[in-house]
Amino acid sequence: MQFPESWLRALVNPPLSTDELCHLLTMAGLEVEERRPAAADFSSVVVARILTAEKHPDADKLRLCSVDTGEHGVLAIVCGAPNAAAGMLVPCALVGAKLPGLEIKKAKVRGIESFGMLCSARELGLSEDHGGLLPLPADAPIGQDVRRYLNLDDTLITLKLTPNRADCLSLSGIAREVAALTGAPLTLPVVAAVASAHDATRAVVLDAPAACPRYCGRIVRGVDARAATPDWMKQRIERCGIRPISALVDITNYVMLELGQPLHAFDDVQLSGAIHVRYPTAGEQLLLLNEQTVTPGADTALIADEAKALAMAGIMGGEHSGINDATTDLFLESAFFTPDAIAGKARTLGFSSDASYRYERGVDFELQRVAIERATQLILDICGGHPGPVVEAVATSHLPRRDTVRLRSSRAAKVLGIALTPTQIESLLSGLGLACVRDQDGDGDFIVTPPSRRFDIAIEEDLIEELARLHGYDNIPAPPPKAHMAMLPQTESSRMPRDVRQLLADLGYHEVVNFSFVESAWERDFCDNVAPITLANPITSQASVMRSSLIGGLVGNLVANRSRQVDRVRVFEIGRCFRNAATGGPVPGFDQPLRVAGLCAATALPEQWGTTGRPVDFFDVKADVEALLAPAGLRFEKVQHPALHPGRAATVSRDGVVIGVVGELHPRWVQKYELGAAPIVFELELAALLACSLPSYREISRFPAVTRDIALVVGQEQPVQPILDALMSKAATIVRGVELFDVYQGKGLADGKKSLAFRIVMQDTQRTLSDGEVEAAVVELVATAQSAFYAELRK
Amino acid sequence: MDTLDPNLDQLVATALAEFAAVSEPARLEDAKARYLGKDGSLTAQLKGLGKLPPEERKTAGAAINVAKAAVETALVARRDALRQAALEVQLAAEALDVTLPGRGQSRGTIHPVMRTLDRIEQLFRSIGFEVADGPEIEADWHNFTALNTPENHPARSMHDTFYLLDGDGKVREDVLLRTHTSPVQIRTMLAHVEKFRHLDRMPEIRVICPGRVYRVDSDATHSPMFHQVEGLWVGEDVSFADLKGVVADFLRRFFESDDLKIRFRPSFFPFTEPSAEIDVAFMHGPMEGRWLEIAGCGMVHPNVLRFGGVDPEKYTGFAFGMGPDRLTMLRYGISDLRLFFDGDLRFLSQFQ
Repeated sequence: MQFPESWLRALVNPPLSTDELCHLLTMAGLEVEERRPAAADFSSVVVARILTAEKHPDADKLRLCSVDTGEHGVLAIVCGAPNAAAGMLVPCALVGAKLPGLEIKKAKVRGIESFGMLCSARELGLSEDHGGLLPLPADAPIGQDVRRYLNLDDTLITLKLTPNRADCLSLSGIAREVAALTGAPLTLPVVAAVASAHDATRAVVLDAPAACPRYCGRIVRGVDARAATPDWMKQRIERCGIRPISALVDITNYVMLELGQPLHAFDDVQLSGAIHVRYPTAGEQLLLLNEQTVTPGADTALIADEAKALAMAGIMGGEHSGINDATTDLFLESAFFTPDAIAGKARTLGFSSDASYRYERGVDFELQRVAIERATQLILDICGGHPGPVVEAVATSHLPRRDTVRLRSSRAAKVLGIALTPTQIESLLSGLGLACVRDQDGDGDFIVTPPSRRFDIAIEEDLIEELARLHGYDNIPAPPPKAHMAMLPQTESSRMPRDVRQLLADLGYHEVVNFSFVESAWERDFCDNVAPITLANPITSQASVMRSSLIGGLVGNLVANRSRQVDRVRVFEIGRCFRNAATGGPVPGFDQPLRVAGLCAATALPEQWGTTGRPVDFFDVKADVEALLAPAGLRFEKVQHPALHPGRAATVSRDGVVIGVVGELHPRWVQKYELGAAPIVFELELAALLACSLPSYREISRFPAVTRDIALVVGQEQPVQPILDALMSKAATIVRGVELFDVYQGKGLADGKKSLAFRIVMQDTQRTLSDGEVEAAVVELVATAQSAFYAELRK
Repeated sequence: MDTLDPNLDQLVATALAEFAAVSEPARLEDAKARYLGKDGSLTAQLKGLGKLPPEERKTAGAAINVAKAAVETALVARRDALRQAALEVQLAAEALDVTLPGRGQSRGTIHPVMRTLDRIEQLFRSIGFEVADGPEIEADWHNFTALNTPENHPARSMHDTFYLLDGDGKVREDVLLRTHTSPVQIRTMLAHVEKFRHLDRMPEIRVICPGRVYRVDSDATHSPMFHQVEGLWVGEDVSFADLKGVVADFLRRFFESDDLKIRFRPSFFPFTEPSAEIDVAFMHGPMEGRWLEIAGCGMVHPNVLRFGGVDPEKYTGFAFGMGPDRLTMLRYGISDLRLFFDGDLRFLSQFQ
C-alpha cells in the first residue's frame, strides 16, 4: 500500500517528523518498506507566464520569450520547446536554480542572452514526459515556488502490510491507527446521505448470499463523463500508484483509497432489469475489462442483470457494461463480498486487482452505504448528475459475525510477561476503537466487541497482540531466560553429525551443500532409478526429481570445479536422500534417510615437493571410510553398483549390516561427464556413523611379544579377507594379531600367483612364550592356509 | 733407557704439538701410542724408574706422572675436539632448508552454514535446548494445517510450495517439500506429550530444529532450497518477555557483540500470536546502522498448541525461525547466497 504522507497528515497530523512517523508505523506492525520523495530535488523554479514568444533570428527551432515571473521580474529567456506560446503558464527555473543534474546560469544562446530556463516535466524529474514545457493551470499564482504549488515536498510511503491488517488498506485505516498510537485527533471525511433527485432504481437480488451478503446500488443520471478530474484528486491517486483514467473511474478509486471500499460503476444504459449476484451457469463466459475472456468456476460469484453476466464479483468488471466517455447514466455498486468467496480466484486467473486484493483480506462489511454516499457526492461535485435512491440488499445471516471476546488481564500478563493494569488495557483498546466493557464478575476481565473492519480479532490472543503492539514491543523487557535446569543427556555411545563433519574435514574433504532435487539423468545413471520422486512444479527441468543418492551432486561438484580449473576435488555432503517406500518413517510412503557421501578426484595428496603425484585410488578412500567408522571392524565385499566400476566397488558392512558403498566411478560416467580420470566415491548411512562403541580396556601384557612373518603364495584371484578370517579364527589363543604387510606379484612367482606376506604377533599375558609353542602356532596357521586356500609357503 | 730424561718438559711439549697437528682420530691414536703406548717414550720413562737410586725414584716418579697426566689430558681434549669437529661436519651436511613447505594431506573444511548451525546449536544447548530433526518431504497437515494455516492461505499456493506427483502424474495434495522447519514443532510437541503422558506436569519443551527447507523461488537473493532453524520453548510460565530475552541473548552471543542493536517489530504469522520480526543493526562494519531482518518469532498460537496436544490454558510457549544462511552471510561478509549451494572449492576452502 503506497500513499503520500500529505494525505495521511490531512487526516491525522501528529507532531512527528517523517522519520518518526515511519518508525512509529513500522514499530506498530505496519512496516514501512520504502519511502521516497514525491519529486526529485530541485530549487528556484517558479510559476511563470510567457508574455511573448518570438522566433530566434538565427535559429528556426528556438524562440525568444519574455516571461513574467512575478516578484522576480520579466525575464528574457531563449527556449527550444515546440509548445512555447504566449499566454501559457509554465515552470521557470531562475538563474542559480538547481535542477536534477543541471545548474541554471545566465547564458548566451546563439548570440542572445537568456536569463533562466522554461522546464518540461522531465527536466524537473516529475515524469519522463519531454514533449514540451509542462503546462500549468491558468489560475496558478505567478511567481509561486513550483514545489509548493505542485505540493512536491511530499513523501511517498509504501507499507508492507501483513495479510491480517486489511483494515489498513486505506488512508482512513492508517490514520485511525496513527491516531490510536499517538493520541493525535482524527479528521475523517464527513459523509452525509445525498438526497435523491429522482426515484429510478434497480432491484438487487442476492442469489449467492454466502459470497455477497450486502450490496448497495444507485443510479446516477446525467453525468458528464468527460469532466476533468481535479488536480488534487489526480495527484493523490497518482501518488498512491494508481493511474488517473477519467473522472468517474478516478472517483471510485479515490473512495477506495480513502475508505477502503472498492466500488464499481456500470453504464446503466447497458443494463436490463434487476441486478443479480449469482453463480455462473455451466460454461458461462465473460469478457473482462482487461480484455481477458474467462469461464468462471462454479464457486465464483458474478454480478449479472436479467440478460447477462456483467462482472466477476469483487474481482473485475466486464468490458461491455463498463463506463466510457459517452456514459451519461451510471449504476454505482458498493458491495461486500466475503473473503472466502474471493480468496485465490484472481490468482488462478493470473492477475490481481485492487478490489480482489482488499476483498480477499476483508473489507469492512458496514462501510458500503457510507462509501456509496461519499462517491455520489464526489460525482455530483465533479461530473454533475442526478442521483436516485440507494437500494441496499442484505443477507444478515451471511454477514461476518463479531462475537465478543473475553480478555483476562491475568492471561495478558502470563503471555506477555508484563502486567498491564486494567486501566491501561481499557485505554489501549478503546483508543483503537474496540468497544470494551469490564466484566463485573471477573477480576480485571474485559468483554470486547471487535469492529466490523477488523477480521483479525476472534480470540483472546488477538487482543493480547493488540495490547502488545499498542503498548510497544520495545516497552516489554527482555530478561535473561529462566528455566528448570536439568542436564541434557550426553551419550558417549553415539556422536553428533558435527563430529562426522570434523573427521571428514580432517581427512581433507570440503563440505558442500547440494540441492535435494536433481536432474533425472543423475538418478538413472548413478542409481538406476527410472521412477524417482518427481516434483509437480520444479524450478527447472535440471532440478525436477528428488535424489535417492548424494553421488550425483558430488559428481556435479567435480564437473563444476574442473570447469573453474580446480582439478583436485575432495568433497563430502551430509544430506537426505528420498525413496518411495511401502511403509517407513515419519511420513508414510517415503524413506528419507540422512546419508554422508564423499568424492576424491586427481592426486592422493595435494601437489607438493618430495612426493610422487600418485592418483587417488580405491584404497585411499577405503582407508578414509575405515577412519570414519573406527574402531568398528568393517567388511568390504565386491558389489555391482550402477554408479561404480564393477571390479572396483564394494559394499561396506558392519556387524553383518550393509551401511554403504565405496568404489571407483564407472568408466562410462567418467566419459559421459568428461571427468578426465575416475574419481573414488563413497556413500554411507549417517545413522551408522553416529553409533559408536565405548572403549573397553584390555589388559596390557608384561611379557614380550614374538613376531613371525610368513609369505603365502595363492592364486591371483584369491581375496585376502577370507584368508585373514580363516587365520584369525583358527589361530591359537596366543596369536594376538595377523596383519597383511605386503602383496607381491611378478618375478620369482608363477603366472597367476601372488604372494601375501603376513606378520603374526604372539603374546601371552601370564608368561613368556616358548620357542616350541610359537613354532607350533605358526605351523598351524600355515596348515590352515594350505588346506583352505591351496596356499604354499613361499621360501 | 737407563736414566731419567732430563728434559721431560720438552717431551710433553712435543707430544702436545704432535696431538695438535693431527686431524684424523686414527692419527691421534698413533701419536698416543708413541708416548703412552707399550713402547711409548713416557712408558719407557716409567719403566726406567727402577734403575734409579732409591732416593731419586720418588722425585723422578712424581715428575713423570705429572708429565703423563699432562699428555693424557691433552689427548682427551684433542679427542673431544676431533669428535666435535666431525659432528659439526655431519650436522652441516644434514642441514635442511627449513623454509621448504611441510608435506601431507590437505585440510578440508566444514561448510560455512554448518559452522553457523553448529554455533547456534552450541549456544542453545548451553541453556538446555535439545536438537530435534524432521522429515523434508512433509505431510501437508504438519506443514500447514497444524500450524493454523487455513486451506485458502496464500502460503499454500503452488507459487510458494513444491508439490510432488503421484505415480499417475497427478499432483499429490497430502505431501509437499516442507516450506519451513516449523512442522518439527508439531512433531516435537506430539512426541513430548506422548512421552510424558503419565506425569501430572509435563516437563518443559526446549528444542531447536535446524534443517533444509524449500520454496519455489530462485533469484539473486532467494534459493529454492535454504536453511532454517526453528526454536521452541513451551512451559507453564513462558512469556513474550522471555522470548525477547532468549533471542536477544542469542544474537549478542552469536555475533559476539554486546552493542548489537536488536528490535522486535509486530508482524503476522498464522502459527504465532503475538508475532514479531526481529531486526538487528550493527554498530560497526559495512552494514553499520542498517536494520536487517533476521528472524520471525512469536508466542505459539493456542490452536497450534492444541494441534500439538498441549493445553494452551496450562502451558504457553514461544517459537522462532531464523535463517542461518543470512546469519552466515552477515558473520563472514558473504554477499551472494548462491555461493552456499555451488560447491565452489575456491569459496569453501576459505572456511578453515
